[in-house]
Amino acid sequence: MSQTYDPTEFMGNADTHSGVTNAKLGVWLFLASEIMLFATLFTSYIVLRMVSTSWPWGWDALNVPLATLNTVILISSSVTIVMAYAKAYDKNKSGFQLWMAATVLLSLGFLVVKAFEYGHEFALGIGPHTSVFYAIYFTMTGLHGIHILGGIAVNGGLLYMSTQKEHWEHPLFLGRVEGAGLYWHFVDIVWIFLFPALYLL
Amino acid sequence: MSHDDHGHGHHELTFWEKYVFSVDHKVIGLQYLITSFIFLLVGFGLMGLMRWQLAFPGTPIPFFGHLFPADLAPNGVMSGEFYNALGAMHGTIMVFLGVVPLAVGAYGNYVLPLQIGAPDMAFPRMNMMSYWTYLPGGILMLSSFLMPGGAAQSGWTSYPPLSIINPGQTMWLLSMVILITSSLLGAINFLVTTINMRAPGMSLWRMPVFCWAQFVTSVLLLLAFPPLEAASVLQLMDRVFHTSFYMPKDLVILGKAYMGSGGGQPLLWQHLFWFLAHPEVYVLVLPPMGIVAEIIANNTRKPLHGYKTLVFSMIAIGVMSFMVWAHHMFISGMSPALGNFFLVTTMIISVPSVAILTCLIFSLKGGSIRYNLPMAYALAFLPLFGIGGLTGLPLGLTVTDIYLHDTYYVIGHFHFVVVTGSIIALMGGTYYWFPKWYGRKMNDTLGWIHFWGTTTSMTGIFLPMLFMGLAGASRRLYDPTAQLHNLPVQGWNVVSTISAYCLGVFQLPFIYNFFNSMWRGEKTPENPWQATTLEWACPSPPPHGNFEKTPVVYRGPYEYSVPGRKTDFWMQTDKN
Repeated sequence: MSQTYDPTEFMGNADTHSGVTNAKLGVWLFLASEIMLFATLFTSYIVLRMVSTSWPWGWDALNVPLATLNTVILISSSVTIVMAYAKAYDKNKSGFQLWMAATVLLSLGFLVVKAFEYGHEFALGIGPHTSVFYAIYFTMTGLHGIHILGGIAVNGGLLYMSTQKEHWEHPLFLGRVEGAGLYWHFVDIVWIFLFPALYLL
Repeated sequence: MSHDDHGHGHHELTFWEKYVFSVDHKVIGLQYLITSFIFLLVGFGLMGLMRWQLAFPGTPIPFFGHLFPADLAPNGVMSGEFYNALGAMHGTIMVFLGVVPLAVGAYGNYVLPLQIGAPDMAFPRMNMMSYWTYLPGGILMLSSFLMPGGAAQSGWTSYPPLSIINPGQTMWLLSMVILITSSLLGAINFLVTTINMRAPGMSLWRMPVFCWAQFVTSVLLLLAFPPLEAASVLQLMDRVFHTSFYMPKDLVILGKAYMGSGGGQPLLWQHLFWFLAHPEVYVLVLPPMGIVAEIIANNTRKPLHGYKTLVFSMIAIGVMSFMVWAHHMFISGMSPALGNFFLVTTMIISVPSVAILTCLIFSLKGGSIRYNLPMAYALAFLPLFGIGGLTGLPLGLTVTDIYLHDTYYVIGHFHFVVVTGSIIALMGGTYYWFPKWYGRKMNDTLGWIHFWGTTTSMTGIFLPMLFMGLAGASRRLYDPTAQLHNLPVQGWNVVSTISAYCLGVFQLPFIYNFFNSMWRGEKTPENPWQATTLEWACPSPPPHGNFEKTPVVYRGPYEYSVPGRKTDFWMQTDKN
């Protein structure tokens, strides 16, 4: 009865029916559900905007330069996480740590900029209750911000794990970095849709 | 791929690891089974209180009436708010905490890995997490009765603006977000397991129909639940941060202007909700169909009629179910042109549903049928689910739906599908797989009492609803005698209520039988039903890791009565 099997044996094993490891397939399926989540919000945005009598222009209502800065920050972080993956692939520990730390710092930078943006709006007495535009703006960017926080937790966790020999040399480590990278790219892509939809259009 | 060729991990599991925080899909499946049966009982109890009010409005509830606080039930007579809360919670508990966890969490978890020959789920710890988010979510949902203002009162559909004004809704939304997370974890796990962890030789077209049903169901859960999660977040924002996603402009509530900005769309919620909730109906129905297919193939001792037709129909249902949602909204004020589109898609989706039922009925033809308990449930499923399906057609046509939509006919139709359809099949599944779970058989006599009592009283509850609905009796009403047009059919309400209480009584033999047979039931061999599928090719109950050796699959799932063989079944694992 106490016979147990090691699930990690299956997760890292790409010799599966689909040729993809369980973990990677799981991340992709998770992203599929995330796409449905954000697609619903974008659909709500379109519907609310279509029926609304007045809809402010992003340039008037929001801080476009700060958001542009944030776009640059996020896209850079996508590059750095790919570099981190490449270094992990080459078993270059210090290189991995450098690029992963850069990714985490950039994502923290994104949140700091976002905090300034929110802070400015709150100082003007603007909140989610102000209008439907601000409601959808705060909800979508807020939910995206939570996803950024999740990404920081995962990426920071991987950074910490890389300092420990058992984790760094674990056969699944590379797969974990890849999964984190897939997720991080997704978070990035959501912002790339959010930015024009809320700020520019 | 085999689990037994490495030596580590052989420590004795503690009680907590074995029964509470277990990562074994079989233990988690049974945890789901018992929990969801309890939730079904709770949801049934709430309905029992409502049924008293519907049959005998204004009279004190017997026995329990005085146990409730005076603001809910003054002098033991149910108040309108309490009735609304019970209605909302009955629907929510039955759908999200009862039938779905039972159909997917319990049967899927236990049977799917066994049927495809996997040692466990792809992500065992995630599987455990799925259960341990489901249970707190369910407890949170129930605890909302104790909150100030009581539980949610806006129906399980939670239509705004009512849901945003009514008390109790915040807890409902929070628990829904938790429950959705749980089912997402489960869905990802099921899909990865089915795609990646099949035993050698188990090609997709050798999977039993039950596995296909779980697979399609998991796709629906994966893609349909996130929209409700997003919609719930928006409603939560409306309630907590006073946004106006669903609140129209210049709304006046009880003489006071609504505090939010307005400018939102109440209809948006309905669209988002039904975009989930229609696929959800198929989540409720597909796994039971899979169970019925397993039982029928096993007890007719012949291959299923149209295995591929069944599978393709399930896939077609899965795809189409994302395109029919607005047939719940024909009278909501949405554009009639849109209504025509959804009328057409609704008629189209009925084709694969009928194909499935037809295949199952044709499977009986020419079989040497064994009339055992599981088969009785499967045979009861066919006509009763058929009534449920056919009564749905007038609701899918805009013209007839306008008359029927706000009547008891809708409730009768839905319950015929989900109760006499899904729940009957799920109960049959319990009798069918019980020998696998515990190595023992459930008692036959008690089982037959349960079977006849349950099917008869279920029909007694829901058939009157169809009659009442056709006569025009309005649904959702706290006091059905308050309106003149409901009075001529009030007698049917009494019939329905008495049948409901009978249904409750007839569950007692089932509960006793279940727990008694766990320890004292007649012992059964590994394959008591002489079935062909893989779950019967391992010990009962299967040990951790399921199969002693990774099984190899040589043929399709339903090789019964193959000419020239000594036995009338040919297991998927038997080479010769």
